[in-house]
Amino acid sequence: MLTAQTKEYPLPAELQAKIDLVLESHDNDPTQIVGILLEVQELHERHYISEPVAYYLADRLSLPVTNIFDCLNFYSELSSKPRAKYPIQVCSSPACRVNVIDTKRLLETLQRLLDIKIGETTYDGRFTLETTTCYGACDRAPSVRINGQIYDHLDSQEKIEALLRSLT
Amino acid sequence: MSNQVKFLTKNFGQYDTSSIGSYMDIGGFEALRKAVTMDPEKICDMITEVKVRGRGGAEYPLGRKWSQARAVVGENKIVVCNADEGETTTFKDRELIQKDPFNLIEALIIAGYVCGATDGYIYMRAEYACLRPLLLNAIRQAKNYGFLGENILGKGFDFNLHLYSGGGAYVCGEGTALIRSIEGKAGRPRMKPPFIKVSGLFARPTCLNNVESLSIVPHLLVDKGRVYASCGSGESIGTKMISVAGNVNNPGVFEIPFGTTVREIIYNLAGGIQHDREIQLIQFGGASGKIADASILDTPYTYDDLRNAGVMVGSGGILVIDERTSVIDFLRMNQEFFSEESCGQCTPCREGNLHIKIILDKIASHTATQEDIRIMATIARVMSMSSLCGLGETAQNTLQSAMLTFPEVFEVGGTES
Ligand SMILES: Cc1cc2nc3c(=O)[nH]c(=O)nc-3n(C[C@H](O)[C@H](O)[C@H](O)COP(=O)(O)O)c2cc1C
Ligand code: SF4
Ligand code: FES
Repeated sequence: MLTAQTKEYPLPAELQAKIDLVLESHDNDPTQIVGILLEVQELHERHYISEPVAYYLADRLSLPVTNIFDCLNFYSELSSKPRAKYPIQVCSSPACRVNVIDTKRLLETLQRLLDIKIGETTYDGRFTLETTTCYGACDRAPSVRINGQIYDHLDSQEKIEALLRSLT
Repeated sequence: MSNQVKFLTKNFGQYDTSSIGSYMDIGGFEALRKAVTMDPEKICDMITEVKVRGRGGAEYPLGRKWSQARAVVGENKIVVCNADEGETTTFKDRELIQKDPFNLIEALIIAGYVCGATDGYIYMRAEYACLRPLLLNAIRQAKNYGFLGENILGKGFDFNLHLYSGGGAYVCGEGTALIRSIEGKAGRPRMKPPFIKVSGLFARPTCLNNVESLSIVPHLLVDKGRVYASCGSGESIGTKMISVAGNVNNPGVFEIPFGTTVREIIYNLAGGIQHDREIQLIQFGGASGKIADASILDTPYTYDDLRNAGVMVGSGGILVIDERTSVIDFLRMNQEFFSEESCGQCTPCREGNLHIKIILDKIASHTATQEDIRIMATIARVMSMSSLCGLGETAQNTLQSAMLTFPEVFEVGGTES
C-alpha cells in the first residue's frame, strides 16, 4: 500500500494535515475510529464527515470504508451529511420535559427567533433545531446542547436571546 | 443538609483534579500501594463482606464478579469501566469523573491487579467529551509516576489504561455492544453466550464495571474508620450516589447512606417539589426503571425495601414528576427514548417499541380500545422475554409498573390521571 505521504488524496493539504494530527493523537489506531470521527467532523464548519474524508480515513487506518459508513449511520453523534454551523439540540427526555413551563418557553422562543420548526434549518444554514435524548445535564434544565457544549438554566426569554446573539 | 455522608465524595473539591501531586497530598494511591501487598482474593472478600453490588443497573455483587474474573483461564485479561451513563435522569458518574478522576484511575489499576488484567479501558459517552482532557491528563500523569506501565510499584505487575469515546448510542452501555464499539464497529449487541467474562473485548476475558462500583474500592481499602460498613444495614450496606431531577427545587447528585427515606431524599436533599405541587409519580433508575406514586415516600432507599415497593435502585437516578404531567404523557416521553435508542436489530424490540408508541398515543387521544390495552400488555411481556439484549428486555419496565400502580389510567373510557 502507498503511504499517506506519497499518495495523492482529493483533500486540501491543510485539512489532510489536521486530520493526520487527530489520527496521531489516537495512535493511528483503527479501533479508535469513533473517537477519531468525532474529532475529525469538528474540523468542518458543518460538523460532518464528507465522502472523501471517509475514504481518506479508511485508507490511513486500513479499515473497509463500509466500516466507517456503518459507524456514521449508527452513532447519532456522527453525521455523513452537512449539519448547521450551530445545531441546537433540545432534550426530549422526561427529566427536562416535565419542567413544563420552561420547556414550552424554550421551544417557542427558539422557534420564533429562528423562524423554523423542529427538524428545520435556517435559510443561511447557520441553525438547525433538533430534539435529542438525555445528554446527562438533567439537573441543569432547561438547557440546550450545541456542538457538544451545554448552555444551561435558560429559564427566561432574555437568556435565550442572549445565547442566540452570542453564536456568530 | 442532613443525611449526606462523604465517603465516595470525600475527595470532591479537596484536590486539584489536574495534578497527581495534589491527589497524592490527600492520600492518593495509598489504596493501590496497600492493594499490591494483599492477596487479590482477600480484596474480593473484603468487597463481598460489605456486599457491594454493581451500580450500573444489574446489581450484581462486585466481589463475586472480580473473583470470577480472576478464575477465568485466559491471557491478557481486560477490565473495562462503563462510563456510558446513558440512562435518563442519571448523571452521578459524571460527578465522580469530574470531581475525582484520579480515584477512578486508581480504582481501575486495582481492578487490573485483582482480576489479573493487562489492560484497562474507559468507555465514556460522547456527551461527556468535555471530561476527556481531564482523564487523558490523569492517565498520562499516572503513567509518568509509574502507576501505569510495566512493573507497577515494583511488584512485577504490568497494566495500561486506554480511554475510548462513545458515539451517542444508549445501547452501547450494554456489555456486548460496548465491546463492539471499542473494537471500532457499530455498537450492535450480540447474542450471549459467549459471555464477555470469557470472550469479550478483542476476544479476551473481560470484566465490565460501572464507574461508581469501581470508585468505591480505593476508599474501601483505606477505610480504617470502617465508615462504609457503618452506613446502611442488611443487604444494603454503605453509601449510594443518586441523581435527582425533574420537578424538584434542587436537582443534583447526592451521596446518601442506604436507608435514607425517599421523602428525605426528595424534600431535604432535593429541596422539595417546585411550588409545593403534589407528586404525580417517581421513576427510579432511569428510562428502564420502574415507577411508584407518592405512597413510596416513607420507604427507605435500600435494595430490598425498594424492590418490595415495586421499584429498583437501578442506575441511581430518581425522577420526580408533579401533578401537571399525566401518567400517559410521561409514558409517551419515556417511550420516545426507547423508540429512538432501539438499535432495530431484533424484531421484538424494534416492532414492540413502535406498536407500544402507537397504542400510547391512542390512549392519550381517547381512541384506544380494551383490545389495544390488552395487546400492549402482551407486547410488553413478549419484549421482556424475547429481546436480544437488555435494552428490549427492560424497555417496558416503566409501562408495566405503571399498569400496576395506576390501573385506572388504562381503563377504556376512564379519565386520565
Ligand atoms: C441497554 C443497556 C444500557 C446500559 N447502560 C449502562 C451504562 O450506561 N452504564 C453502566 O454502568 N451500565 C450500563 N448497563 C449495564 C451494563 O451492561 C453492565 O451490567 C454494568 O456496566 C456492569 O457493571 P456493574 O456490575 O459495576 O454495575 C446497561 C445495560 C443495558 C442493557
Ligand atoms: S433488544 Fe433492541 S437494542 Fe437490543 S439488540 Fe434487539 S433491537 Fe437492538
Ligand atoms: S433528561 Fe434532559 S438531559 Fe437528561
